[in-house]
Amino acid sequence: MQGTIESNSDLPTPAVEASGDVAHHEEHPDLRVLGLITFLCSEGLMFVGFFTVFLVYRAAAAAWPPEETEVELLLPAINTVILVSSSFVIHLGDTAVKKGDVAGLRKWYIVTALMGAVFLAGQAYEYMTLGYGLSTNLFSNCFYLTTGFHGLHVFIGLLLILGVLWRSRREGHYGPHHHIGVEMAEIYWHFVDVIWIVLFTLIYLLSIF
Amino acid sequence: MTQAEIPTQAVVVPATPPPHHPEKWKWYDYFTFNIDHKVIGIQYLVTSFIFYLVGGLMAMAMRLELATPASDFLSPDLYNAFLTNHGTIMIFLWIVPASIGGFGNFLVPLMIGARDMAFPKLNALAFWVTVPAGMLIVGSFFFGGAQAGWTSYPPLSVVTANTAQSMWILAIVLAGTSSILGSLNFIVTIWKMRVPSMAWDQMPLFCWAMMATSILALVSTPVLAAGLTLLLFDINFGTSFFNPANGGDVVMYQHLFWFYSHPAVYLMILPIFGIMSEVIPVHARKPIFGYKAIAYSSLTICLVGLFVWVHHMFTSGTPPWMRIFFTISTLIVAVPTGVKIFSWVATMWGGKIRYTSAMLFAVGLLAMFVFGGLSGVTLGTAAFDLHVHDTYYVVGHFHYVLFGGSVFGLYAGLYHWYPKITGRMLNESLGKAHFILTFIGTNLTFLPMHQLGLQGMPRRVAMYDPQFQTLNQLCTFGSIVLGLSLLPFLANAIWSWSQGPKAEDNPWNAKTFEWTTASPPIIENWEVLPVLTEGPYAYGEESAEETEAVNT
Repeated sequence: MQGTIESNSDLPTPAVEASGDVAHHEEHPDLRVLGLITFLCSEGLMFVGFFTVFLVYRAAAAAWPPEETEVELLLPAINTVILVSSSFVIHLGDTAVKKGDVAGLRKWYIVTALMGAVFLAGQAYEYMTLGYGLSTNLFSNCFYLTTGFHGLHVFIGLLLILGVLWRSRREGHYGPHHHIGVEMAEIYWHFVDVIWIVLFTLIYLLSIF
Repeated sequence: MTQAEIPTQAVVVPATPPPHHPEKWKWYDYFTFNIDHKVIGIQYLVTSFIFYLVGGLMAMAMRLELATPASDFLSPDLYNAFLTNHGTIMIFLWIVPASIGGFGNFLVPLMIGARDMAFPKLNALAFWVTVPAGMLIVGSFFFGGAQAGWTSYPPLSVVTANTAQSMWILAIVLAGTSSILGSLNFIVTIWKMRVPSMAWDQMPLFCWAMMATSILALVSTPVLAAGLTLLLFDINFGTSFFNPANGGDVVMYQHLFWFYSHPAVYLMILPIFGIMSEVIPVHARKPIFGYKAIAYSSLTICLVGLFVWVHHMFTSGTPPWMRIFFTISTLIVAVPTGVKIFSWVATMWGGKIRYTSAMLFAVGLLAMFVFGGLSGVTLGTAAFDLHVHDTYYVVGHFHYVLFGGSVFGLYAGLYHWYPKITGRMLNESLGKAHFILTFIGTNLTFLPMHQLGLQGMPRRVAMYDPQFQTLNQLCTFGSIVLGLSLLPFLANAIWSWSQGPKAEDNPWNAKTFEWTTASPPIIENWEVLPVLTEGPYAYGEESAEETEAVNT
């Protein structure tokens, strides 16, 4: 394992190393999950910024969403079910790799990736059929910006999952004790999911009232 | 491979230790994607200093323009571009990267006994993200330069120099990304990578300051990114977030902007407070007064500082209850800041002060910052602010805080840690000349601005009423002194880097960890990690010999 560290420094590294003094970057426990969570806290606040803008303009508007720019509800609801379920599916993959079942990891991550792709396709279809665009009015500004920004995050999450799948081809890359990359993709995917739940509530569900 | 293989292979490794890196970095390593925190720290410091010179030249050009009431040196548009980018460069490409990126990266791992930051590659990435940011700022001048002020309020920013303004936005978003990546790195590093013997309350105060700074950056920067994204869409994609004609609201931008940009003030001063807490005890030869008070006041400033932003918007149609709330919260920030000031003064009280250049700048900072802080209290009071808002009084105030505070602190830090960073001592006589010129220049330039503001001279305009000319010429004269003050520093820093006398490991007889390694530190920081045996400021506990050595 250690002989390969220098050539593959993105490999998950063991917590304790015999040659700690030489290979200093690996001597501390892996902190990447902690780093990712810290980053996501910050990233989440960018969404909080967009949501705040949305809510303030909603409070100030006479009709929100205005006539002619109503939101579609059925398709996003289906999308919500898909995305929320995918959070459970991706967790099955994580559970599998912790038991050493890399085939299971691959299976569940492929399913998650497909669900993510269906979500994005659904969103693209929604955009095309809505009948109004980004610059139609203030509501559509907020709508496209916020959902689009979230969609970008889904896309990045999809790339992370595909990255995990790509790396999992290599024998022994992931195992019961080497799954930080798997875990990080999963955490990111949960983040995207949680943001979507808030977004769906604010932008879609609130429009009923 | 399987887990079972690891033990056998692990035995093989120590016999042939892989060469992670060379013995010593070569000069060209400083121009590459290097993951050593010390290299990255120096990259930040040197890059940001170059931008400091660029921003300084812009300031001098503006002061020359303001020597006469008419517009005769810079065209008004160019003046606007200079004032916008002077502010932007000084904040986003000088003070923030130099104090957080430069000193933070160089010092934090050394101070806590770590061999590097938690995420070295991310650290290097954060530095290299600032390079395109700088290039975008410079490049924006080919499109007229952003001209809406560093605040870039709409509608001005939406209707002026669209291409340059968009480049400006992208530059700020990149700098903000760098700041977020750097901050999460600091939080994880300080939290998890201290040597086991170092408890939280034995950590050098600079690290406490960096912790508070990083939390603040993580919380506030994304909101600015959100606001600037909306502005970018308004400029380029036909949205109307900030266009009142279509239901948008310009004040919304101000909230989003100041929710970041007021905390940004603390991003620029908290690391400097950290530098002060290191420099003063070392050169006063006394334990720091009120360690915990200083440490926790950083966190208090960080927390309260998130709830004061509307004091920049007292004249933006802010309702009275908001004015009262934000006046009170603003005045509360003065309390933890005062705690620090008193603690530093108490640290010096009865100490055996060495008037090194670093200490001179630290003491100068105290005087300047107290002045800037007091004018800040007046501005934070809505009743007063309504009268001087957008006048030179504000310009005078924030230059006392940012130049007299942050830049003095950066100089103090440079004089203090230059021997550690380069392994050479700076020339003290040139250092003192630098200090005297800077001190005189600062006061000549920025003190008359308060009077100008009280007389009603508006900021951000290239032309002014002839009655203001005398004081303006005094400011211009002061800015020339400030410009000249850089010459002894530049000569000193450049010459000493190769020719200065060799520095010992611990030339100031300091107690923090960074002085236990070689000057400059070896690549892995230490052969054997240091163990904490006494506090970082335990100067009262010196042996008789050490005291003797210090006194001579």
